[in-house]
Amino acid sequence: MFVSNIEDIPGKTITTCYGIVSGSTVRTKHLGRDIFASIKNIFGGELKGYTELLGESRDEALGRMKAQAQQLGANAIVNVRFSTSSVAAGAAEIYVYGTAVTVE
Amino acid sequence: MDGLIISLTFLVLGYVFGKLAEGRHYRSIHAREEILVRLPTTSCKKPIKTSTPISHAELVHGHVVISIDYFKRLLAGLRNFFGGSVRSYETLLDRARREAVLRLKESCPTANEIINLRIETSSISKGGSGDRVGSVEVLAYGTAIYYEQGSAQPSLL
Repeated sequence: MFVSNIEDIPGKTITTCYGIVSGSTVRTKHLGRDIFASIKNIFGGELKGYTELLGESRDEALGRMKAQAQQLGANAIVNVRFSTSSVAAGAAEIYVYGTAVTVE
Repeated sequence: MDGLIISLTFLVLGYVFGKLAEGRHYRSIHAREEILVRLPTTSCKKPIKTSTPISHAELVHGHVVISIDYFKRLLAGLRNFFGGSVRSYETLLDRARREAVLRLKESCPTANEIINLRIETSSISKGGSGDRVGSVEVLAYGTAIYYEQGSAQPSLL
């Protein structure tokens, strides 16, 4: 599966277009992580627990999007965009979308 | 009285550790940026050298969640009162963006070029204490381009 955030896959030509595919996930960490993060808020610095959380969510959302594209019979996704929003304290929604295409 | 002592402790802790952490982070950013400067990164949609044959391309991303310390948060609150530029948040966002781009570059060390770099910022601490921005998430994503073996390296200079 080729994935890119530009309009084409360099070195290949698009033959068929299947339309938009997307993947989303809402995830949250367990309470311990949240407590740790609020302590870290006093000292400042990277919140590793949340970095990890968002990384896992993004991989999952990407996986769902790729699965959807595969189901359509596409072998590439172009013009991929990410968006993040927080729906509640400590929970994040990751949304990934792109255009499923076949390239040769 | 107890509350005041606790706040003061947090202030001192935030000031000391926040300053140390920021200095350390900037040193690490400068060192890594120097190493990774050879990997050209642009926000253009086309590679720098359009004639070079490309073997493959892939989506790459890097991200970081970073939080401000207690002292700077208070300082920013005060600044809100008088108006003007909030320096403490400027450095926070600067650090977060540079770190995210560095992580993106580190995730594809063998790439020849990264194009269409997008940087997205979101605040993830909504619903916490008040609606003040405490921590931000920065996501950087782009397309890594790998040239065919034996092709010349592009140069921004």
